[in-house]
Amino acid sequence: MSGSSESEAGTFPRLLRIRREKDGATPAMREKAFGIWQTWSLDEFCDEAFFFASGLMHLGMSRGDTLVIIGDNRPRLYASMLAAQSIGGIPVPAYQDSIAKEIEYVVDHAEARFIVAENQEQVDKALEIREQCPRVEKIIYCDPKGLRKYDQDVVIDMRHIVALGRDLLQSDPDRVNIEIDKGLSSDTAVILYTSGTTGRPKGVVLSNENLLVTARNTSAFDKVTADEEVLAYLPMAWVGDNAFSFAMGLVVGFCVNCPENASTVAQDLREIGPTYYFAPPRVFENVLTSVMIRMKDAGSFKRTLFNHFMKVAKKSGARLLDGQKVSVISRLHYQIGELLIYGPIKNSLGLNRVRVAYTAGEAIGPEIFEFYRSLGVNLKQLYGQTEATVFITMQPDGAVRSESVGTPPPGVEIRIEDSGEVLYRSPGVFQKYFKNPEATAETKTSDRWVRTGDAGYFDDEGHLRIIDRAKDVGKLNDDSMFAPKFLENKLKFYPEIQEAVTFGDGRDFVTAFINIDLDAVANWAERNNVAYASYQELAANPKVYDLIQDCVEKVNRSISKDAYLATSQIRRFLVLHKELDPDDGELTRTRKVRRRIVNERYSDLIEALFDGRQRCFVSTEVMFEDGRQGKIEANLEIRDVDVGSLEARAVA
Amino acid sequence: MTTHSRNETLLEVESISLSFGGVHALSDVSFDIRKGEVRSIIGPNGAGKSSMLNVINGFYHPQEGSITYQGKRRAQMKPHEAALGGIARTFQNIALFRGMSTLDNIMTGRNTKMSKGLFWQALHFGPAKREEIENREFVEHVIDFLEIQTIRKTPVGRLPYGLQKRVELGRALAAEPTLLLLDEPMAGMNLEEKEDMSRFILETNEEFGTTIALIEHDMGVVMDISDRVVVLDYGRKIAEGTPEEVRANQNVIDAYLGVSHD
Repeated sequence: MSGSSESEAGTFPRLLRIRREKDGATPAMREKAFGIWQTWSLDEFCDEAFFFASGLMHLGMSRGDTLVIIGDNRPRLYASMLAAQSIGGIPVPAYQDSIAKEIEYVVDHAEARFIVAENQEQVDKALEIREQCPRVEKIIYCDPKGLRKYDQDVVIDMRHIVALGRDLLQSDPDRVNIEIDKGLSSDTAVILYTSGTTGRPKGVVLSNENLLVTARNTSAFDKVTADEEVLAYLPMAWVGDNAFSFAMGLVVGFCVNCPENASTVAQDLREIGPTYYFAPPRVFENVLTSVMIRMKDAGSFKRTLFNHFMKVAKKSGARLLDGQKVSVISRLHYQIGELLIYGPIKNSLGLNRVRVAYTAGEAIGPEIFEFYRSLGVNLKQLYGQTEATVFITMQPDGAVRSESVGTPPPGVEIRIEDSGEVLYRSPGVFQKYFKNPEATAETKTSDRWVRTGDAGYFDDEGHLRIIDRAKDVGKLNDDSMFAPKFLENKLKFYPEIQEAVTFGDGRDFVTAFINIDLDAVANWAERNNVAYASYQELAANPKVYDLIQDCVEKVNRSISKDAYLATSQIRRFLVLHKELDPDDGELTRTRKVRRRIVNERYSDLIEALFDGRQRCFVSTEVMFEDGRQGKIEANLEIRDVDVGSLEARAVA
Repeated sequence: MTTHSRNETLLEVESISLSFGGVHALSDVSFDIRKGEVRSIIGPNGAGKSSMLNVINGFYHPQEGSITYQGKRRAQMKPHEAALGGIARTFQNIALFRGMSTLDNIMTGRNTKMSKGLFWQALHFGPAKREEIENREFVEHVIDFLEIQTIRKTPVGRLPYGLQKRVELGRALAAEPTLLLLDEPMAGMNLEEKEDMSRFILETNEEFGTTIALIEHDMGVVMDISDRVVVLDYGRKIAEGTPEEVRANQNVIDAYLGVSHD
């Protein structure tokens, strides 16, 4: 047997076998079922995995075969990943909310012969695609509810396979062990299909070593111990869950908790009180909104108390978290707030035990980020992707910023190309895209550097800032970088601004189209006695222009301090007379700006922004909701904006 | 559709007549319910459908006729006999304890299964505690079956209508009924809620073999999930048979569409 200590175990099954020797009785997983948190000890978890492995061998699964796994986070499904790995198979978790067509692509591309499906819903999808995927031999389910009448030759109960595997192991105790011993650290541990925004999903191949080394490095970075509590509620097909719940859980030995179902996550979170927590920005945003709404409904005493202590938190909370100097009085004041407000809020959100929380995936609004930090929740950002086994940069404790994404953890190197594109090299770099050498060659250089497709730069503190997709980044005529999405996001953080489009590539300066947010601006208009009859009239109101100008100037001030982007301050802007609309092709259905179409439709306005005119007439064809075509005409005002001094820190 | 070939009769009502003063709610109605089937009672408003259910579970006492349940013939059912005999029901207008949680409401359905007296239950100790744990476990299976884990601890009064209906079904299921009476289980529901409810009704019937008698107005639902249908109009039985037979019956068409009297 090779590798008898945990750090030498080159594969997950081997690691599990070693860990079982010494902590067999410790809880490995918990699952809420029938109202109770049911614990799986490491022994039980290993049994389930190895028995199932033995059963899979009996079904004819051999080395290199893939096992597609579809379902919510369940101990049995995690065990089935290990079962596949134990006998040299490759688990391929698929997104549980995919439609049958998407599953079909994964099953077909991965050439899977076996599918593990959590319940009837997933079994139905698997059966639906059988005709297109004739390779599929067996569909194995965990939850028998509603499946009594299915064809039991194809659709089989996982418990039967596990029992069968156990019986086979009794007569031949080493049949799984022999297979585990054959495993190499370079063997594929998992294939994860990335939900590509363009084209077909790509299967990212990660080896045992990728996941093991990454898990060890990042655990060390955040001093993660076996005492952590983690809630596994993000899709198993997502690389983050594989890294946080699966790999780190097994490497460090903490207990992973699976919620009852997708709709009980908030309650389960409160019951578990995780210490190590991950959520995309959207989740933090929704939680903040619900807190704010509940506070608005609260009595005036509570509300006053809340508002007062939130101001205190804003002043000293984040500083305390970063270990900066705070006066004794402020400290005391904050402690009272912790007792009365922050503690109870964190408790009701299930965040009171959080030691480290991460968010990633997209930009998080600075005020949302700071809200949590001021409450004393150690929320940090990381930047990563599937191809890197998640981690490219992480924010170290004590150096957390809302606008940057931190520094590379141990073992990760980062390089920035002239075009601004970020490249990295790390032990987590993926092996290849499954059956797609062209895409692999495009993304991964021969010396293992990987292109992220994102543009960014290191700021003065040495923290990485991601500003945009590399292909959208352009250059101003003075050769400085122009990142439209970065500017637009900054503008959109103001509630008055619904949408923004900035122009500057190949120009002397930067200009912007602004769409007002009707709800927010109408509310403001009501409070300020501004009368209007239509969206168009409100948008053209000079007072609204003043309001927007204020936002634009604030954005300018914030980027004027930035060495790389100071030249991108917005000189001129106009407020569009109509909302950009997917029906008119100006936005995608997911509400992303289609720059090419906007450029074509409004070329006159764009020219006016750059040639110094103060007004410009525009006539736009629009499609009404009932399908009729119509025309909207307007004579739009164009505003000049103050630009903060370009603090002469010329860009190299 | 289920095809239970066991033709054993579970319940038979013979020549039931029920009147309130001069109002004849039911006149000479006879039909049977077989073990394991889904039996629907349909009819226009005021046809006597709910009265019929109330007669079956002993809430109303008919003036004439007899009820034979599980081989025992009687002139009228008593409510507690019905409950102990395994008849559970839901109500047209939802009759839940609005201030109590979903879990507690469903626990009340286990009432007939709990034998320990008030004294033991108040002490919540020893055998009473064990008994509560066993029953709680059963209730949790019902919650899992109906997929209402999210609202386990929510007071029922705060739930939307469709979910309240589901909780009420849960309470009826908690009694492990032999015969389940459902009074308009889909009334006021949207399409998705109706589909869910139909699925639960069929699964209850198939997985646990529970016999189901239901009143329903949505003809699509009735035709889809029933094995046999009985049609009432003005307190009389006007037709009976499989959904196809009933659909083609002229009396039924007249009752629903009206008929000219010249």
